[in-house]
Amino acid sequence: MIAGAIVLLIVVFLVMEALPALRHVGIARFFTDPSWHPAEGLYDLTPMLWGTLFAMVGSVLIATPLGILSAVFCRYYAPPAVARTYRKLIELLAGIPSVVYGFWGLVVLVPLIGAIHPPGPSLLAGVAILTIMILPTIALMADSSLTNVPQQYVRGAAALGLSRWATIRGVVFPAAKSGLFTGVILETGRAIGETMAILMVCGNVVQTPHSLFDPIRTLTANIALEMAYAVGDHRAALFVSGLVLMAMIAALVGAADWISRGRIYG
Amino acid sequence: MAEPVGRNHMPREWFAAVLVWSAAALVTVTFCWLLGDILWHGLSQISWTFLTAPPRNAGREGGIGPIIVSTALILGVCLGVSLPIGVGTAVLLAEFTTDDSLFGRLTRRSLDMLSGVPSIVFGLFGNAFFCKTLGLGFSILSGGLTLACMVLPILIRSTEEGFRAVPADYRLSAAALGLSRTTTLVHLLLPAAVPGLLVGLMLGVGRAIAETAALIFTSGYVDRMPESLLDSGRALSIHIFDLSMNVPGGDANAYASALVLVALLLAINGTASWLAEHWLHRRIVTI
Amino acid sequence: MNKCNVLVMLTKYVAPVALSMAGFLCAPASAGAQKATEDQLAGKLVITGASTLAPLIAEIGKRFESLYPGVRIDVQSGGSSRGVADARQGLADIGMVSRAMKEDERDLSAFPVARDGVCPILHRENPVQALTDEQVVAIYTGKITNWKAVGGTDAPITVVNKADGRSTLEVFLHYFKLKNVDVKAQVVIGDNKQGVKTVAGNRNAIGYVSIGTAEYDAAHGVPIKLLPIGGVAASTESVQKGIFPLSRSLHLVTRSAPSGLAKAFIEYTQSKAVHDLIKQQYFVPLAD
Repeated sequence: MIAGAIVLLIVVFLVMEALPALRHVGIARFFTDPSWHPAEGLYDLTPMLWGTLFAMVGSVLIATPLGILSAVFCRYYAPPAVARTYRKLIELLAGIPSVVYGFWGLVVLVPLIGAIHPPGPSLLAGVAILTIMILPTIALMADSSLTNVPQQYVRGAAALGLSRWATIRGVVFPAAKSGLFTGVILETGRAIGETMAILMVCGNVVQTPHSLFDPIRTLTANIALEMAYAVGDHRAALFVSGLVLMAMIAALVGAADWISRGRIYG
Repeated sequence: MAEPVGRNHMPREWFAAVLVWSAAALVTVTFCWLLGDILWHGLSQISWTFLTAPPRNAGREGGIGPIIVSTALILGVCLGVSLPIGVGTAVLLAEFTTDDSLFGRLTRRSLDMLSGVPSIVFGLFGNAFFCKTLGLGFSILSGGLTLACMVLPILIRSTEEGFRAVPADYRLSAAALGLSRTTTLVHLLLPAAVPGLLVGLMLGVGRAIAETAALIFTSGYVDRMPESLLDSGRALSIHIFDLSMNVPGGDANAYASALVLVALLLAINGTASWLAEHWLHRRIVTI
Repeated sequence: MNKCNVLVMLTKYVAPVALSMAGFLCAPASAGAQKATEDQLAGKLVITGASTLAPLIAEIGKRFESLYPGVRIDVQSGGSSRGVADARQGLADIGMVSRAMKEDERDLSAFPVARDGVCPILHRENPVQALTDEQVVAIYTGKITNWKAVGGTDAPITVVNKADGRSTLEVFLHYFKLKNVDVKAQVVIGDNKQGVKTVAGNRNAIGYVSIGTAEYDAAHGVPIKLLPIGGVAASTESVQKGIFPLSRSLHLVTRSAPSGLAKAFIEYTQSKAVHDLIKQQYFVPLAD
């Protein structure tokens, strides 16, 4: 019950702190103001929303196939010794803190991207680092859901003479669907919520990106950057963006719930 | 009329195999690059002095002694608070509620949501609640309490699993022997669930150490040796952040600190999985 | 057997943590606890604010601590706005502000401690030696995007701007008569040191930081160079002579008239005893 109380407390606090902004500024302005310049009283969240969305979509699009294929590799293609090592590697990487990923991105990736196309800190860097970070999540989830596919299915497919890939595509994937979806939802949640690594490699310029090489600022990074000194309406506006983040996560969790309830017996 | 189906599928099979192997190769290469880089640059800096001396010259020189102490203290506060609450809630969930009671469902939903909340929102909340409302200021205490909120779901989930793993026989035998509910709980179930608890503990500790965003606004930046829980202290992850973003020439020590952090996490996660494999399955003796 | 194990585990892991926690909690400390007797000061001071001032105040703090062993001075950066906000809310005992005080900050008590300037910095290997005011404005508003337009190599300019709430930003914008909405930057940074690090890592970057920070880092081997403004070289001497156009004074602020430890520290910072430290950080001490 304390857990429930804490969640409630967090939401209530966020709402209470966000209220002044919602009252003075009005929720429509968070999406229609010309830009985000709190010093001038402008609170447009959209460029940062786009930043968050693009970074998330980009990384999920790349990480999902790579992660699922990794799990398939582990389960069906690799010799047992290789599979064990590979799985250990992925588990290791699931535990590396985001700040270490961000640091590596800052000293290795950003100069690399800068050499190809200045300035370097960019949406591309953010997508790359995010992909690396959420890959273990989807890979491990996929691995466990592939393991849970009943052996009878696979043996039945073999008895029917199906080739390996056909088995995987036609039998295993549909059976593991709900687990895979949960994995995607989890990794998306992580991508939305990531702060430190994005802060370090994305350039932190408030703008809607027009190309992969444009620097961006996500909602999370914005809170981290401005929290320390924001007062009054500015501070309340930051809490509003915190609420937006919570809403996105809640939507994800709800979607996961709905999908798993509907499909798990399908 | 029956065509050998196998022949038609050969190219597709081959293509699929190439795809899968190259995905795995790509992933392996990227990760080895990352880990190798950290190992290569960080190993040269590590020494006993590095681990115990205070940082000098904004962290470019000197070591990370006080920072390790601060990290340990923050962890201590976090665990000291979340352990009792976590175990209590797990007991409640596992023993006193059924799967489809409203209370159980509500708590489980909240836990799911709690574990999905971005760490920066925890930082916001921690800052507003612990630092300002409770007046704790930037301190190890605020940081530890905020982390406790983050670690709770993992702890509860894992301990609950531990409880559920206890076979019904235990409980039935206890009831048959006439033991009271509390006695059963304390003497029989808790010890049996300890492995699950420990796994959850390790996982929670791992998550807490890796946290940066939540700590920046709650436990502060000061890199000196803390003298009390109300002092501000810099955690290892924040030190890496500061060195890499703000200190020209701080990269070398950032690499070394990153290596220390990763090594620590490796040790913790390794212990957790070892525990899970050996204890969890060994303690529960089924017939 | 089970009970013994649990007890053993409790004593081994929980007890030491609990004991050390209790020990720590008994140690007297809380933000703002200060005792001042005639000759023995003790307590803790929390000072936050401008990244320009942070290294200097940290050094002065260390010297102050060596004079009064019972004192502990914690310094954190975060920007001048943070210094003002924290001082007002009581999160910090003293705030650091690297500009002149504004109209709506009259409620705070401000104490000037040094003078400094703001100048553009380039990577040391950038062939451009100087930029006129118009060129700087054009670069920062995105009208000039390639170094060759100002006599450099053919490479796109990476514009580094400071985040909201930093006085270095406000001073810069005020002098060049720009508004933050007009600035088109590629990278936004926070602390001065972050700006230096960004420019040092990118041959085609331009940024602006405090002269003190820039000179200190350049003297310690960081590959940056300071650009003159309006023909006046950017250096501590020009600021001292009063001829550098982008100068500003650095302040310590408190919520109300300071007393006890805070007062002692502020007076120490304004005294002649720390002039050598101020010069070491490449700032200009106030002439008394």
